[in-house]
Amino acid sequence: MFDIVGKRKWFLLISLLLIVPGLVAMVISYLQVGTPVRLSIDFTGGTLLELQFEQSVSSEDVRRVFTDRGLGDTSVQMAEEGRNAVIRTKPMTAELRVEIEQELEDRLGSLSELRFESVGPTVGREVTRAAVIAILAVSVVILGFVAFAFRRVPHAIRYGVCAIVKMFHDVVVSFGVFGVLGLLFGWEVDALFLSAILTVIGFSVQDVIVVFDRIRENIPRRRGEKYEVIVNRSLLETLHRSLATQLNAIFIMVAILLFGGATIKQFIFAILLGMVTGTYSSLCVAVPLLVVWEKGEIGQLLRRSRKSAA
Amino acid sequence: MRQRDIQLLALIVFLTVIGAWVVWPDNPGLHIHWGPINLDRDIDTHLGLDLQGGMQVLLEADVPADFSITRDSMAAAKSIVENRVNGLGVSEPLVQVAGEDRILVELPGIDDPERAVATLKETGLLEFIDAGSTFLMPGTVVKTDFGQADAGIPEPAEDLTPTERVYVSVITGKDLKGAEVYLDQYSKPSISLEFTDEGAEIFAEHTAANISKYLAIVLDKEVISCPIIETPIPDGKATIRGEFSLEDARSIVIQLKYGALPIPLKIVENRTIGPSLGEDSVEKSVTAGTIGLIVVLLFMAIYYRLPGVLADLALVIYAMISFALFKLIPVTLTLPGIAGFLLSVGTAVDANILIFERMKEELRAGKSLNMAIRAGFSRAWTSIRDSNLSTLLTCAILFWFGSNLGASMVKGFAVTLFLGVVVSMFTAVTVTRTFIRVVFSLTGERLREKKWLLGI
Repeated sequence: MFDIVGKRKWFLLISLLLIVPGLVAMVISYLQVGTPVRLSIDFTGGTLLELQFEQSVSSEDVRRVFTDRGLGDTSVQMAEEGRNAVIRTKPMTAELRVEIEQELEDRLGSLSELRFESVGPTVGREVTRAAVIAILAVSVVILGFVAFAFRRVPHAIRYGVCAIVKMFHDVVVSFGVFGVLGLLFGWEVDALFLSAILTVIGFSVQDVIVVFDRIRENIPRRRGEKYEVIVNRSLLETLHRSLATQLNAIFIMVAILLFGGATIKQFIFAILLGMVTGTYSSLCVAVPLLVVWEKGEIGQLLRRSRKSAA
Repeated sequence: MRQRDIQLLALIVFLTVIGAWVVWPDNPGLHIHWGPINLDRDIDTHLGLDLQGGMQVLLEADVPADFSITRDSMAAAKSIVENRVNGLGVSEPLVQVAGEDRILVELPGIDDPERAVATLKETGLLEFIDAGSTFLMPGTVVKTDFGQADAGIPEPAEDLTPTERVYVSVITGKDLKGAEVYLDQYSKPSISLEFTDEGAEIFAEHTAANISKYLAIVLDKEVISCPIIETPIPDGKATIRGEFSLEDARSIVIQLKYGALPIPLKIVENRTIGPSLGEDSVEKSVTAGTIGLIVVLLFMAIYYRLPGVLADLALVIYAMISFALFKLIPVTLTLPGIAGFLLSVGTAVDANILIFERMKEELRAGKSLNMAIRAGFSRAWTSIRDSNLSTLLTCAILFWFGSNLGASMVKGFAVTLFLGVVVSMFTAVTVTRTFIRVVFSLTGERLREKKWLLGI
């Protein structure tokens, strides 16, 4: 049978390779704008105004209206050949927005407002804090849950930890990808992205539990087999199911991505990305890690490098 | 066929029929007036703000940092805001306390969001102040002694400008019994007030003692009118005449009718979505969902053959029951909420896949069809339960996150995903199992020979 577990060192290496570009992007982003990923106004506070113009306008014209009023820190993104404008600036009151829209209409022709969102900075900070708490809470809960579900297996806590490591891997890869996308296309991380991350965490743990469950079942049934053989067998036995399930969920997400509304495209993409990463990391991060741990290979690696340094 | 299977099948058919009726568009709703039961429920899809357009505002208590806000005063503020919202005449509004010091207001389909927000957030404190012999221009902002226990000795009027002087509050909105908008014969709006008995007494006394003096009418510390007292007013009725529009008058009346807010509020978050964006999203989501569902149905049928087709049937029933639940509870559907629902459809198959893979293993190992079915379902159940539990826990945390911060998109997503997973656990196991058992009990062990049909 195909020996995934045997090639575990390669797979762990591949995982590292996946993470590195993401981390690089996040560092660059941090140096450029002060945050590792582009944050939406949900976290930073500010105003988002989306307008539809009847005639094509230039972003400079739009921007000038704002800078004339002292709102220098304004960015304008045009779409649909200059007819759709997405404007980001400081938080503004409803009255100011009405004035600005009037002025824009006087200068650039009739327009309609598609979206107006203004978030004060305190709310933004709170959302950020709550987001961090939510991620930590989910991690703790899941660790506890896995440890509890596998309490009768020797070294139960290992399963929980491997699940958490896999989970962090998925989260870091997701953030990394959005860091890259933020640099290239200006994609932002908003409250929905957070929901996507938390959902992905939920599903990805779901996935890994099925494999761990099978390992748990096989250990008493196959006494005498070496640990890595049992693990590999369990992996292959559950492979069908993992792929089939992910495939179905992916079908639906791709359909929404292609045919669904534009406003949730990034959200759906985040979920899709997370699911693909999740499937990969169940097989190639969580499980190999479990074996590596069991066999004490980390200790061996450290000892070997110390020996060669000596 | 076992007795239990027949019963379950009947139950499933029953639920399906009810589900179909609930989900059907233009549902007439439940109107039962039979004996002691009086039920009037409309059954509609409740669309969130991002799908029907509207406005969401987060109001926060605007007090100094060391001021402690009691839950009672927040509850009082919330109910005043709620009354005002109802006074605006918006259909299906939402007013909720969020966290410790915030109120979330959602106004779907509102025409004039700016005025609505102004009406809601203004404190609404009405005062009649003794302006002596100084006429105050409407629009002047003044200081009054309302709420100050010891206002100190008022300075002589001549030394201070109108905006520095602290005026004496004669009577306030607390003593109001009612307020109405009144149109005179020139269609010019004015506001007629009626005071309570105590208020009428105070008013009568003051007007009798202050003929030919100005009595300024002040709303939230801004003068809106400054009439001269010409005669004493014994009946506790007064009219505010000024240069305001009909909408202004209506706003003011709404603020006065339900009382002044105990704590001042400020806007910390304001989101408005135009309806066109929403309509577009609904259409696209329905298309996308349908396409996705069809792909999943095809996949299951091709990959798992006969059990796959049965699972497809169970899946359609699942989607219908879930959606029926959304309509009945009701759950407000947002765009992420719809995505959550579709996601749960995608994973409803997961449970079935787990079961089928187990069944295939048992069949390959040589067990009989009956044993394989039984083993497949019972063995897979622990996996299904444990793995769905983690998603449910995540949903709970997301829900907490959403409600505390007034992020109804996140909340909507959490709710639909949660419900979807719960219902899927039921349909995947009970419904599919019943279908399979019924079919296999009709065909018998012979089916085991037709490996192709079983997808082994």
